[in-house]
Amino acid sequence: MNYPWNWAVFLQPSPDGTGTYLGTLVSGLAWTVMVALSAWALALVLGIIVGVARTLPNRSIVRLATAWVDVFRNVPLLVQIFLWYFVVPELLPASMGTALKQIQPPWGAFLPATLGLALFTSARVAEQVRAGIQSLARGQQQAATALGMTLPQTYRFVLLPMALRIIMPPLTSEFLNAVKNSSVALTVGLVEVTAAARAIQEYSFQVFEAFTAATIIYVVLNLAVVLLMRRLEKRLAVPGLAWAAGAGH
Amino acid sequence: MDGLDFGVVARNLRYLLSEGLVFSLTLTALAAAGGAALGTVLALMRLSSQRWLSVAAAAYVNLIRAVPLLLVIFWFYFLVPYVGAWALGRNEPIKVGAFWSSVITFTMFEAAYFAEIVRAGIRSVPPGQTQAGYALGMRYRQVMALVVLPQALRNMLPVLLSQTIVLFQDTSLVYVLSITDFLGAATKIGQRDGRLVEMYVFAAIAYFLICYALSWQVRRLQSRVAIVR
Repeated sequence: MNYPWNWAVFLQPSPDGTGTYLGTLVSGLAWTVMVALSAWALALVLGIIVGVARTLPNRSIVRLATAWVDVFRNVPLLVQIFLWYFVVPELLPASMGTALKQIQPPWGAFLPATLGLALFTSARVAEQVRAGIQSLARGQQQAATALGMTLPQTYRFVLLPMALRIIMPPLTSEFLNAVKNSSVALTVGLVEVTAAARAIQEYSFQVFEAFTAATIIYVVLNLAVVLLMRRLEKRLAVPGLAWAAGAGH
Repeated sequence: MDGLDFGVVARNLRYLLSEGLVFSLTLTALAAAGGAALGTVLALMRLSSQRWLSVAAAAYVNLIRAVPLLLVIFWFYFLVPYVGAWALGRNEPIKVGAFWSSVITFTMFEAAYFAEIVRAGIRSVPPGQTQAGYALGMRYRQVMALVVLPQALRNMLPVLLSQTIVLFQDTSLVYVLSITDFLGAATKIGQRDGRLVEMYVFAAIAYFLICYALSWQVRRLQSRVAIVR
């Protein structure tokens, strides 16, 4: 096996206008972080709403929320992103569709990819939120009702603060999944980390250096997310409630 | 834009199913079988008392689980020809077809995920079972194959099958290697006939129906195999 290693490739000028190949990677990292964070923020909000909806005492709302989860969980992420990128602009009224298609290149790919990833992830977050709420003792809700709280107050002050703390560890892995899944944005032309590595490989032929660099970036991103979530978990832990601290042994 | 014409789906249904869907299902089946076998080995390595075995398995599992599947697909697509040349003692990278390249990739990728499921499954078997096996004079191999793994399999079957449904969805990512899987076939016809909208809507509905039906079956199985304690 003779492969011409050349780690200095990252300092060579790149043809994409970011200066060097290192610049290509850094710009890719920025897009990965942007897609992952925006999709995660949106997924968290939608996931909490849908997850709560699945536990409400109203059949039609529960059914609607269940349908949401089923639809966004059972279609591959790639297909969902294609639907937002290729299909939705064609099905909208002509003027809106054209406006969507004329959004400048990185943003024209960023928006459908982020939206697709957010909705896909929201279904997973919703499942965790529902499981968290249902894992609480029934007495919690009954006590809140006995204290004269309305249903929104019960969720806001009693159920959600506990449930969200309990599901911190699974939410961490969903966050990690969102970071990794953001790579699917390359299929609609967004140059995030994986696409940046691919571009370096195509222009310079230094395939293994490029993929090693991308791998290291993802490992570091993973560690950063894990450390961040662990600190958040510690800060939010309720004193004296070991099980709510999750990782606390 | 002219109206939608879903007739394009009916006209090409044979190709979509016999070329595309069959590829996706074959890839899923091979990768699930290979991934489960390799994953079991990795899980046993991780639980081994030989430190270097457990460290090596943990490193592999954690590394693969830290990077996106797309990057793993690209890694193996370029790496396998070199590793093959090294294994066969050739000087030039060998040629690996797109199909086998994706089978190897998905097997190696899924093995890391299956390993964690199997490890949890093995740990769900009470230690008394292992001790009883040894007390009966069984060797490690016999204890694992005859006592622990059969019980672990029963506990982890629903999770393994759910992971296989996720794997089926993930096979759509071979799109980046321009392979004609189900989504690839839909894309080809959509581009040829200028009917991407219809083809992608059809693909989404087809994936949904297959995955929804399968996960419904898994839920049923889950309630059937649940051991009442």
